[in-house]
Amino acid sequence: MHPAFFYLLSFVAIAAALAMVTQRHPLPAAFALVLSFLGLAGVYALLVAPLMAILQILVYAGAIMALVVFVIMLLNVRDEDLPREPGMPWQLGAGFAVGGVFFAMMVDVLSKYNSSPVTVSELSRAYGTSATGEPLFGGIATVGQVLFLKYTFPFEVISVLLTVAVVGVVVLAKRRI
Amino acid sequence: MTSSYLVSLVPLFPLLGAILLGLIALFSVGSGEGPNRRLVGLIACLGPILSLVVATRLFLGLYDHPQGYVHTAFTWFSVGSLHVPAEFWADRLSGVMIMVVTFVGSLIHIYSVGYMGHERGFTRFFAYLNLFTFSMLVLVLGKNVPLMFLGWEGVGACSYLLIGYYFTESEKALAANKAFIVNRVGDFGFLLGLFTLFWYLGSKGVWTVDFATIRAHADLITPAMAGVIGMLLFVGAMGKSAQIPLHTWLADAMAGPTPVSALIHAATMVTAGVYMVARMAAVYGVAPAAGHFIAIVGMCTAILAATIAITQHNIKKVLAYSTVSQLGYMFAAVGAGAYAAGVFHLFTHAFFKALLFLGAGAVIHAMHHEEEMDRYGGLIRKLPFTGGVMLIACVAIAGLPPLAGFFSKDAILFAQWESGWYWLYAVGLFTSFLTAFYMFRMWFLTFTGRPRDAQLFSHAHEGPAVMNGPLLVLAAGTVTVGFLGLPEALGGSAFAHWLAPAVGEHAHLPADLSGGALAAAKVALHRSEWLFASFAVVAGGLGILFAWLKHGTHVLPVFGQASGLFGVFQNKWYFDHVYDALFVKPSIHLLGWGTRHVVDPFIIDGVVRGVPRLYGAFADTIRLLQTGAVRVYAYVLLVGMLALLSFVLTKWSF
Amino acid sequence: MIPTHHFLIVSAALFSIGLAGFIGRRNLFIIFMSVELMLNGVNLSFLAFARHLGDLGGHVFTFLVIALAAAEAAIGLAIVILIFKNAGAAAQSDALSVDQYQALKH
Repeated sequence: MHPAFFYLLSFVAIAAALAMVTQRHPLPAAFALVLSFLGLAGVYALLVAPLMAILQILVYAGAIMALVVFVIMLLNVRDEDLPREPGMPWQLGAGFAVGGVFFAMMVDVLSKYNSSPVTVSELSRAYGTSATGEPLFGGIATVGQVLFLKYTFPFEVISVLLTVAVVGVVVLAKRRI
Repeated sequence: MTSSYLVSLVPLFPLLGAILLGLIALFSVGSGEGPNRRLVGLIACLGPILSLVVATRLFLGLYDHPQGYVHTAFTWFSVGSLHVPAEFWADRLSGVMIMVVTFVGSLIHIYSVGYMGHERGFTRFFAYLNLFTFSMLVLVLGKNVPLMFLGWEGVGACSYLLIGYYFTESEKALAANKAFIVNRVGDFGFLLGLFTLFWYLGSKGVWTVDFATIRAHADLITPAMAGVIGMLLFVGAMGKSAQIPLHTWLADAMAGPTPVSALIHAATMVTAGVYMVARMAAVYGVAPAAGHFIAIVGMCTAILAATIAITQHNIKKVLAYSTVSQLGYMFAAVGAGAYAAGVFHLFTHAFFKALLFLGAGAVIHAMHHEEEMDRYGGLIRKLPFTGGVMLIACVAIAGLPPLAGFFSKDAILFAQWESGWYWLYAVGLFTSFLTAFYMFRMWFLTFTGRPRDAQLFSHAHEGPAVMNGPLLVLAAGTVTVGFLGLPEALGGSAFAHWLAPAVGEHAHLPADLSGGALAAAKVALHRSEWLFASFAVVAGGLGILFAWLKHGTHVLPVFGQASGLFGVFQNKWYFDHVYDALFVKPSIHLLGWGTRHVVDPFIIDGVVRGVPRLYGAFADTIRLLQTGAVRVYAYVLLVGMLALLSFVLTKWSF
Repeated sequence: MIPTHHFLIVSAALFSIGLAGFIGRRNLFIIFMSVELMLNGVNLSFLAFARHLGDLGGHVFTFLVIALAAAEAAIGLAIVILIFKNAGAAAQSDALSVDQYQALKH
């Protein structure tokens, strides 16, 4: 894969993210975020994480953002419902300043982080390859094995969390709607 | 050529029957008359009979395939190094077992159609009975330990459900509870044994739960470890097969309907322990000490139960203690390494004990559910057929030739002597005398003398043909099956030879002999076999004679509280009293007291009242920090994060 | 071969943008989406390290974070709807402002 793909996809993800935080109305912001997520899915694919790329598109860009868009449309947000944000440029500017400090600190650290990564052939050796020669690392089978053998308990906990969320939503919805 | 998928069909039919009957029972709740009894009876009998047909086919195929048939139905579960398929294995040992279970099971299903004809919950009864047959078949056919345990617990649950069949009577519901709880004690030991076996073999590099693999690697186990594993497994067998000290539930289990007593608590389920020990023969082969222990427990159980049986008045209780006693014999045999003799006794016992129970059921049926023998007497005039077949069974269990019990019991006693356990032999011989005595005491009290309850007597009548048919078949079996296990002097045991690929052959002669020495040893062996057989016959005959003198000649035997040693016997050696005082009462009192005075006021109320109070106090403090403005929280969060980050970055270097 | 720290810098950038949106905006939906963006930034670094170290644990945690985000979206949006309706019933404008959350304190 050509490195240019990475820079293109990263650019899309970051630009769309910037567009999201600066929109006044949430609906275009949501679409910008979907775009950002799709770009990220591409980056995941470059990181040999095919399953996560698919999940990113299906669950994040698909299900979660569809829910957000659906709710925004359901509420039929009028202009006067939006919060008055006269000082938005300033406040957002302050936010970017703080975020910038954080970003600078991270870049400072990360530029020192230059150990060499595991090569693709090592990954293939450790996790096997498919019939077409692609490494199995990050596929459904390998992730599933790690998830159900080593991380069984977190998996069970997250299932409890989802159950609690379902129950909570039902309780919240029943009272008023 | 028999196809291996037949093995999975054997348990399938009763399962389908159980599901179908369960659904019928469920959907006919409250419909007054209930479902058509003929249809239900037909469905109920079909499952075990189809299984019997398939099992027979397999059994015949085993002649040419001593290694048996294996069929993997599906993968049950697979976690890490533990791979558990639902794999069924019909080898020569389980082949015998499925024949017993399906054959006796079919007959008892047919008999029950007549016996239970007027009971409520007819469909429910047969659903349970079919489910039991399924579980028992899974138990014996399971090729790995978890599958066997599934069946093991399944039969326990069905036993519980069927003992408590008349659950509206609290006494019977309590009997069901007792059976279940006592079995839990045993199951705990059983599970510990299995885990120990699994981990120990695993630590040697063999992660397996498969019986064949365990057998192949049994030599990896040290004798001490095999002893521990064997003892723990035997605790499970004690529970299921009612051995001292976990035997107390079986007599109470007679609260269930009589066909249940015949099938579950005499012919099949209670023998699961013997089967399990035979299945684990390789492990016990490494630990002779465990075998000796099993034999001692078995013989103690045999004589103890026999002494209790001679004092009981309830016909089913006599049979129950007789069952405990015979199970003791079986364990004595497998403990001595004579697996073929033990399983052979299991096999013959299934016939004559089922016959005795079903005969007793016919008597009870005729006497309007009266089970006390002091209301019986002289019934041979009213029930000549039942009396006749029960006489056959009594002769068989008393050990008189040439009926089934003679050969199997003789083989067990001889195995004790061969192992050099002379005391166990003597106890066994004495128990044999007691056995003959209590069985004929029961027979004389029931069928001879003058009727002690004229009204019941005048209404007594033989049961319908569906009840008599199975009795006849079982009687025929009782007369004939003994010839499968002849002693060496009469040509050797076909049964032992049959089982040899599964459990190994019990050598009667030293292996290193040849020529003239071998012939001489053979002559000596045959001579001692004749001698010991005649001892057994004399013991049995004496027992019958005593019973005749004590109960056959009196016109009106005296019933009442026995005194002295017989008082001890009549009170079942006070096992129930001791358990009651040691475990039951203290638990009930402790739990009751604890609940009333500790759990309820402090723990339950304490939690209920304390938690809100704690939260209240906590919240009163914390709420001062909470402004409710989300953005303030966000800033606080951010500052904290940056502080943490800068701290980490200055401390760590990459 | 793209160096690992390029991925990490993209991850940090996304996280910082999310952070800025989270503290700089008052619109509930934007704040909510900023949180999602921050989660995604973290996911990216999980996956980048997973690739770097050849360890699938990062994938598992990304999976868990996605499940968590789904639960969060369900509950969060339900609360947003309730608050919006509550403010609408009181004929207040500014219904989608984060300051409406202050009402939850009492």
